[in-house]
Amino acid sequence: MNYKRLTLLCGHYGSGKTNIAVNMAFELRKQREKVAVADLDIVNPYFRTKDSEKEFRESGIRLICSDFASSNVDLPSMPADLYSITDDKSLSIILDIGGDDRGALALGRLSEKIIEENDYEMLMVINKYRPLTRDAQSTLEIKNEIEFASKIPFTGIINNSNLGAETTAEDVLDSLEYAEEVSKLSSLPIVMTSVESGLYDALKNKISNLFSLNLQAKII
Amino acid sequence: MSEKVLMKGNEAIAEAAIVAGCRHYFGYPITPQTEIAAYMAKKMPKIGGTFLQAESEIAAINMVYGVSSTGKRVMTSSSSPGISLKGEGLSYMAGCDLPALVVNVQRGGPGLGGIQPSQSDYFQSTRGGGHGDYHMIVLAPASVQEMAELTVKGFELADEYGITSMILADGTIGQMMEPVSLDFDLKPMPEKPWATTGTKMAREHNITNSLSLVPEELEKFNFARYEKYKKIEENECRYEEYMTEDADIILCAFGIAARVSKNAVNEARSKGIKVGLIRPITLWPFPKAPFAKAATHAKAFISVELSMGQMIEDIKLSTECKVPVYLCNRAGGMIPDPKMVMDMIEKVKAGEN
Repeated sequence: MNYKRLTLLCGHYGSGKTNIAVNMAFELRKQREKVAVADLDIVNPYFRTKDSEKEFRESGIRLICSDFASSNVDLPSMPADLYSITDDKSLSIILDIGGDDRGALALGRLSEKIIEENDYEMLMVINKYRPLTRDAQSTLEIKNEIEFASKIPFTGIINNSNLGAETTAEDVLDSLEYAEEVSKLSSLPIVMTSVESGLYDALKNKISNLFSLNLQAKII
Repeated sequence: MSEKVLMKGNEAIAEAAIVAGCRHYFGYPITPQTEIAAYMAKKMPKIGGTFLQAESEIAAINMVYGVSSTGKRVMTSSSSPGISLKGEGLSYMAGCDLPALVVNVQRGGPGLGGIQPSQSDYFQSTRGGGHGDYHMIVLAPASVQEMAELTVKGFELADEYGITSMILADGTIGQMMEPVSLDFDLKPMPEKPWATTGTKMAREHNITNSLSLVPEELEKFNFARYEKYKKIEENECRYEEYMTEDADIILCAFGIAARVSKNAVNEARSKGIKVGLIRPITLWPFPKAPFAKAATHAKAFISVELSMGQMIEDIKLSTECKVPVYLCNRAGGMIPDPKMVMDMIEKVKAGEN
């Protein structure tokens, strides 16, 4: 992908934003020297980009994150170094935002500066196999709610349609029509389709802009 | 096109409840079950249902009492400290024989504890939870699919017997995402002639009440209730047996601990150690039969738990203490991994030889 300085990942709760954010950060690090991941999830205390803290450190990726993320302190808090996102223009940053409009509220106080600088992509991650975004219409409802809360209009779509560990290449192919419809109705381009790395080879000749995901470690 | 959807365990409970005909949800947010409330808040207004964030857990359980009295399917959900607050209401509902579904997505305790997964409310839920002589049906799902299925089952059993069903899950199953099919064979909802729906001047008043002024009468109610519990114990025990038939060592685990244990059984078998697993799906009524049967050939039991060993008492009662029961556990929000279980299996095996 051709990265802008800021890549914002928003979308419905559980659509796969965090896994995409982690993989994007590693890809971006290959292209640029000063890369950061901003974990701004104020909705979910679990499954955070912070869970990849060690890998980030080893790759020289900075983590901008609340001290309380992935801890027993269930506080929806912002990182102390929040304003480096907009103030330190030497950084290229992947921003992982919490789910739905409730999560997108975290962008509220950054939105003015982000729009003013105008070097960003605001990407909506979609998954047609999630029960509340099964069709284009319900997906657009959530898109509008997020834009209202974040005060930043989307610039593109990431189709991350999957059924977890049971996802087949067929399931991904079956989702293309849905993603096209979301794209058509919202006038937003599909910037990529993301799949778990095991499915990448089976699909790379069938889908353009296919992005391979290595998933964050799961316990069981 | 796939018929399955990708859901979090908590969302699966919420959606399954809606499929089962529940249109009334009352709750107060607490991690790690908040997705149930969030899902209900999004969905209930669209289908003519009621989502209400109560001012407290105590208020929520009493709203459940009220709606249940009118014969409607109703639920609440919380996590460990919140369930303690609901204890009084649970006891009052038991005293009125009211059906309802209550979800406990457990976190580490005691006290405020932490937000990581736990199974340490086993005593609290299997022994009733509040004061007085009573039980709840306690269902322990081990997958997101079971979160959905047991939610439906929980409503059905609650209505059939006039009892509270509790889904006793843990933070991991609540938070993990798996594909789910929401295609259920629903039983028709039974008639509820006792419901307080207005007499229309055509019948006597129906009253839901747990207060008895005459002790002889209260005793009669308690004896009758325990006749009902006996029937539930006879008819509603659920469990899964995995490679138990020739097993020398039996692992006992429910919920997330059973998934870990199944991996350990497979690994032990690959090393030629005869290990099996009994997974209770109902924690009350506790499925005594498979434990008693296994005790006739197994040399040892290992209870794998995310608690300090609360299930061991039920295992010992079921096996009449014929075989030693060892504990393999983590607590306070930690989860045993298959290696830890495997190490325990090898230790127990060495001790047996």
